[in-house]
Amino acid sequence: MNKNAAKAGSTATPAGRPARLSLADWMPKIVMAPTVVAAVVCIYGYMIWTAVLSFTNSRMLPTYNFVGFDQYERLFMNDRWLVALSNLGIFGGLFILICLFLGVMLAIFLDQKIRAEGAIRTIYLYPMAISFIVTGTAWKWLLNPTNGIEKMMIEMGFEDFRFGWLTDPDMVVYCLVIAAVWQASGFVMALFLAGLRGVDGEMIKAAQLDGAGIFTTYRRIILPSLKPVFFSALVILSHIAIKSFDLVAALTNGGPGYSSDLPANFMYAHAFTRSQIGLGAASAMVMLGCVLAILIPYLYSELRGERHE
Amino acid sequence: MSNPAKRQTTALDKALRFGLYAMLIAMAAVYLAPFIVMLLTSLKDVEEIRTGTLLSLPGSIDFSAWSKAWSGACTGSQCEGMAPYFFNSFKIVIPAVAISTLLGAINGYVISHWKFRGSDFFFAALLVGCFIPFQVILLPMARTLGWLGIANTTAGLVMVHVVYGVAFTTLFFRNFYQAIPVELVKAARLDGAGFFTIFYRIILPVSTPIIVVTVIWQFTQIWNDFLFGVAFSGFDTQPVTVALNNLVNTSFGGKEYNVDMAAAIIAALPTLLVYVLAGKYFVRGLTAGAVKG
Repeated sequence: MNKNAAKAGSTATPAGRPARLSLADWMPKIVMAPTVVAAVVCIYGYMIWTAVLSFTNSRMLPTYNFVGFDQYERLFMNDRWLVALSNLGIFGGLFILICLFLGVMLAIFLDQKIRAEGAIRTIYLYPMAISFIVTGTAWKWLLNPTNGIEKMMIEMGFEDFRFGWLTDPDMVVYCLVIAAVWQASGFVMALFLAGLRGVDGEMIKAAQLDGAGIFTTYRRIILPSLKPVFFSALVILSHIAIKSFDLVAALTNGGPGYSSDLPANFMYAHAFTRSQIGLGAASAMVMLGCVLAILIPYLYSELRGERHE
Repeated sequence: MSNPAKRQTTALDKALRFGLYAMLIAMAAVYLAPFIVMLLTSLKDVEEIRTGTLLSLPGSIDFSAWSKAWSGACTGSQCEGMAPYFFNSFKIVIPAVAISTLLGAINGYVISHWKFRGSDFFFAALLVGCFIPFQVILLPMARTLGWLGIANTTAGLVMVHVVYGVAFTTLFFRNFYQAIPVELVKAARLDGAGFFTIFYRIILPVSTPIIVVTVIWQFTQIWNDFLFGVAFSGFDTQPVTVALNNLVNTSFGGKEYNVDMAAAIIAALPTLLVYVLAGKYFVRGLTAGAVKG
């Protein structure tokens, strides 16, 4: 008995210690509880709830008359949805490609021991600090077919210059690309610049000793070692693209007609203003599917990578 | 023999460096141009906008568009300018940032130093919350806010931002606390220090950098939010982004681009200011989730 007490240490009595230990054991769980409850209910619970709604014929208010896959059938018969999906393909694809290209290029350029690098970097990245609503408002003015860039070019002497994409149903989606690239490409630059700074200097020296020029060094050694950064940037950019809602709202409001709608705008319009809750829920589930299709392979590889470390 | 060759490469080097700088500066001009145009446009009067071009300078500096944007422009049916909504945003952002940062710190502390069965699994599950498209939770959340009696209120918006911000704040703090040696916490526990004592005495004093990163990240995210604002706010609780969108899309009489631009700059000012003053931390937050370590 005495021996045991001595073992347990001088700070606690044999009776007091287990009691305090159990409180300490519970404390982490108690403080985590609100977050756990919120996450289980507001992320997973709501996901299931939306999934359930997508199988009902809810219109203005949620009802629970189940109609199977009817809403999904209606969704993929709906021209506005198909336009939104194909816009997402065009917008997302171009947005990601151009951002990656510009981001990598600017990062490599900035990594050449540039004077005033900090100031230039700040300029490239500042659009990321402002809201897509502000970006949309600014570009709506810049791309204005009569008063914007078109007028400026004509005044500069290019009399035949025409730039009416914002009101052209076939071209309006490219206006979204321009504004979104302006906003997010600096961020990709920052990601890659951080990656470049982390590349092993010895490896580069070894390559240059072997007579590799600067272009070969980048193409063969440095860029391949930045594969994880490419992967992260790809995931984040596609995530931004799929969630894009504010930019469309501010820049085009989906127009002309619904020619520049994206799925997020379709969902909002049907669920909140057009009293088509079932259809809106179905479109939200399709969006979730798109995100998961990108996210699951990414998380899988991240977690596997962590285990190897 | 080697001298001319060397001189040649330096000449080529110089040309390349010149090209490099020219390119970088040209790109900087492209990134800056929209903001400069906004600023110039906001200082012109309607007549100058009609006759001039995007980059033409205003004849005289005229702040009347700014004062109209701040306190007189119509956002939908009301004509009180951006001011009330600017303050609405602060009323939403301040509590939401404070609560989500505090919760994130505690969660990160638990997940990195007080692991319990299932805490890692829970962390992974929470991470999914960083990535889901919010469209998938909009409808149930609208119902829930209605049941709780906080639909269209500032409190409701604060709650929504806290719930969906905690995933990010937890991620930030967890990654930061992971670097604090486990032995330090273990030693303190052996000395009889409890859960909160260790948090106050050991963890919190070294947390300043990550608190700054998290606060800046959350501030920017919530200030710039539009989706939750438009879905869950009432007429008198709208955040500034929603008001800006209404102002731009309100079409009474002629379009006043100078007022639109002044209003847009007003809406962007707080986050721009944070970026200019604390850019280092802003970038760290942006890259924290993306680049490991």
